Amino acid sequence: MDFSFSDEQQMLLDTTRRFISERYDFDYRNKVRDSETGWSREIWTALGELGLLALNIPEQDGGIGAGAVGTMLVGNAIGEGLLLEPFLSSAVIATQAIVELASAQQREQWLPALASGELIAVLAHDETATRENSLQVETRAVRDVDGWRIDGNKSVVYHAPAANLLLVSARIAENDIGLFAIPHDAAGLQLLPCVTVDEQRAAAVLLQDVHVGADARLGGDAKVALQSVLDIGLAALCAEAFGAMQKILTATIEYSRSRVQFGAPIGSFQALQHRMAEMLMHLEQARSMSYLATSQCTDPDPLARRAALSAAKALMGQAARYIGQQAVQLHGGMGMTDELNVSHYFKRLLAFELRYGNTDRHLETYRQQLHAA
Amino acid sequence: MDLDFNAEELAFRDQVREFLATALPAEIRDRMHRSDDSHIRDDIQNWQKILHAKGWGAPAWPVEFGGTGWSKTEQYIFETECALADAPAQLAFGVKMVAPVLMRYGSPQQQQYFLPRILAADDWWCQGYSEPGSGSDLASLKMKAERDGDEYVLNGQKVWNTLGQFADWIFCLVRTDSSGKPQRGISFLLIDMKTPGITVRPTRLLDGTFEVNEIWFDNVRVPVSNRIGEENAGWTYAKFLLGHERTNIAGIGASKRELARLKQMAAAQPKAGATMLQDPLFATRIAQVEIELRALEITNMRVIFAEAKKQAPGPEASMLKIRGTEIMQRLSELQMEVLGADALIYRDTSGEIARETSTYLNLRKLSIFGGSNEIQRNIIAQMILGL
Ligand SMILES: Cc1cc2nc3c(=O)[nH]c(=O)nc-3n(C[C@H](O)[C@H](O)[C@H](O)COP(=O)(O)OP(=O)(O)OC[C@H]3O[C@@H](n4cnc5c(N)ncnc54)[C@H](O)[C@@H]3O)c2cc1C
Repeated sequence: MDFSFSDEQQMLLDTTRRFISERYDFDYRNKVRDSETGWSREIWTALGELGLLALNIPEQDGGIGAGAVGTMLVGNAIGEGLLLEPFLSSAVIATQAIVELASAQQREQWLPALASGELIAVLAHDETATRENSLQVETRAVRDVDGWRIDGNKSVVYHAPAANLLLVSARIAENDIGLFAIPHDAAGLQLLPCVTVDEQRAAAVLLQDVHVGADARLGGDAKVALQSVLDIGLAALCAEAFGAMQKILTATIEYSRSRVQFGAPIGSFQALQHRMAEMLMHLEQARSMSYLATSQCTDPDPLARRAALSAAKALMGQAARYIGQQAVQLHGGMGMTDELNVSHYFKRLLAFELRYGNTDRHLETYRQQLHAA
Repeated sequence: MDLDFNAEELAFRDQVREFLATALPAEIRDRMHRSDDSHIRDDIQNWQKILHAKGWGAPAWPVEFGGTGWSKTEQYIFETECALADAPAQLAFGVKMVAPVLMRYGSPQQQQYFLPRILAADDWWCQGYSEPGSGSDLASLKMKAERDGDEYVLNGQKVWNTLGQFADWIFCLVRTDSSGKPQRGISFLLIDMKTPGITVRPTRLLDGTFEVNEIWFDNVRVPVSNRIGEENAGWTYAKFLLGHERTNIAGIGASKRELARLKQMAAAQPKAGATMLQDPLFATRIAQVEIELRALEITNMRVIFAEAKKQAPGPEASMLKIRGTEIMQRLSELQMEVLGADALIYRDTSGEIARETSTYLNLRKLSIFGGSNEIQRNIIAQMILGL
């Protein structure tokens, strides 16, 4: 047992935090939010220069190979700073998919460009059917003379509008899923952009008769890899959520110390003290589960991994809701405003709950493990 | 004991239903159903005019001022049916808040001028109580009103004024004396929003909407004749008003409507070869809130019954407020959950906002305003439990 971080890991966290506090304060962040693209190319490039986009690229491919713990710590800082750039989508999930499935030639083509930030890739996987089972894909890929023809609809793909490359999952046989690399300007590919509740940019991806060459398919059996990629992504998402939870609690405690009503700081009222004590317990439980998710997300045993990640997501989803709601409540009217960062953390935490399967879905998944055991 | 409405009450309910079915314009009903606030001012005003024409403009007012003379139970039935039918809620600031104060404490001139205008929706009223430093602790308010001949000169700031951007008039609590206990130096003023020196600035809320405002007063001159009652006695009137703010505070009608909507949504959402309404976990959550709503409905009736027997509701209103707002918040959470990942979409290409998600965000306000739920719990502890 050891809950400490290595010097390199600690440094990674410190560097990322410092970068965010110097370059990405709340005002700057809101300017980015209100910009046309909703994310900053400048910041993205700088993240690349810091090496953060290479965390999930193995050393033999020229990356850093920081693993799940490094990714978690950076995720914490990103959640704390409410970053709007596609770190999770591109540098964690899409990168991991490429690392696990791509051919040597594809790796060479994409990984360096991903590391520098020049290339942004996203995994377009979720669709209506994946709501209950993340491998229930209805998008279809059919063999064509010199490649594949793909048809289907993907829903709410985070950062799709920013991506040069979409990694689209599609059913190729009854029990077989393939992953296809599709350039953003492919004929037949259409994006319906939207803004998500946590103010990130996303899109529904419609694929109608999209033709790609045979070399667009990544690896062989994508099913096993997809599950592993999604779990690594989920652990990173949990890390971001934890960062946001920690910040919103700190902000609430500070506010309760300075806000005076009835001649006393509201933090001196026992009813509110107990509420904040409760928030802290949720936070610490969430921290533990984020650690669990991080340490288990690469477990080769898919059943053990599934149980751990679903347990983490279910518990953290509930913690996110409690902490978020109470933080708004304790800020009174100010918590309802767009002006204060509290409402933005609140919305980020809400999005966390809704992404990658909500609390009920993961409770259900975990419940099924009870029978399997 | 009988928990059901009697025959007369049921007949009254049918009459209200029939009226709503014919008199409520379809486009208003439709907008309210979709939580579309884009025409909110016109919708509320038009609906008030329709109610007024029918003689139902102010259900709770006594007949001599143009009210209906309905019993508390009838008022409850009316409000519940209106909510179930997706009618806009009446603008409380005029009909339910300032009007009772005018009737009880206003001068005959004030009554004659303002009450008919409120009834006919000629004036849009807003409430100017809260200040940046004074929320829960309202008595600490600072906005100054200094006497200059037969005028007050006002300087200061109000915050959180709901729908103040449309207001013709605002009723304000102001400080006319700061020497003694804070409650003793407050006066209650009626202020024409067109008076020079008033600046209104909308506040953007977390769901992107603009429903509250900050209002600045810079040497705003208000005739002393616009004061309600006595100078420095405003706290009494404010407390009286708060008692009225709490009628229909439980929002039973609105919750029933949203519960029905939740079930419809869940029945239409596929889940594990069936629907979400049939999913044991989710259906249990619905059952839980439905049971709580039923309990609250009966509790609400008990309060109305006691009130009719002149056992005036005091702190029981706090209970209705806490549970009522919790249930409304819970229903909006569940509606959002039915959407699953689609609830992530906040604004799509057409700029359309997912109703369920923005409603969930917006309804966090219910436990904060109108005396926060913490303050209501303090009231229960002190007034009911005697702690
Ligand atoms: C959407 C919205 C609309 C509003 N509309 C109007 C309006 O039209 N007119 C108007 O005048 N005002 C309006 N208000 C203001 C509203 O009444 C205040 O927000 C409310 O009184 C709380 O005050 P506050 O926001 O300053 O919070 P604070 O008083 O600062 O409270 C912060 C937190 O501390 C808690 N707290 C405070 N004191 C205690 C205590 N003694 N014990 C335990 N907990 C305590 C509160 O419950 C809250 O959780 C509105 C507010 C909102 C959010």
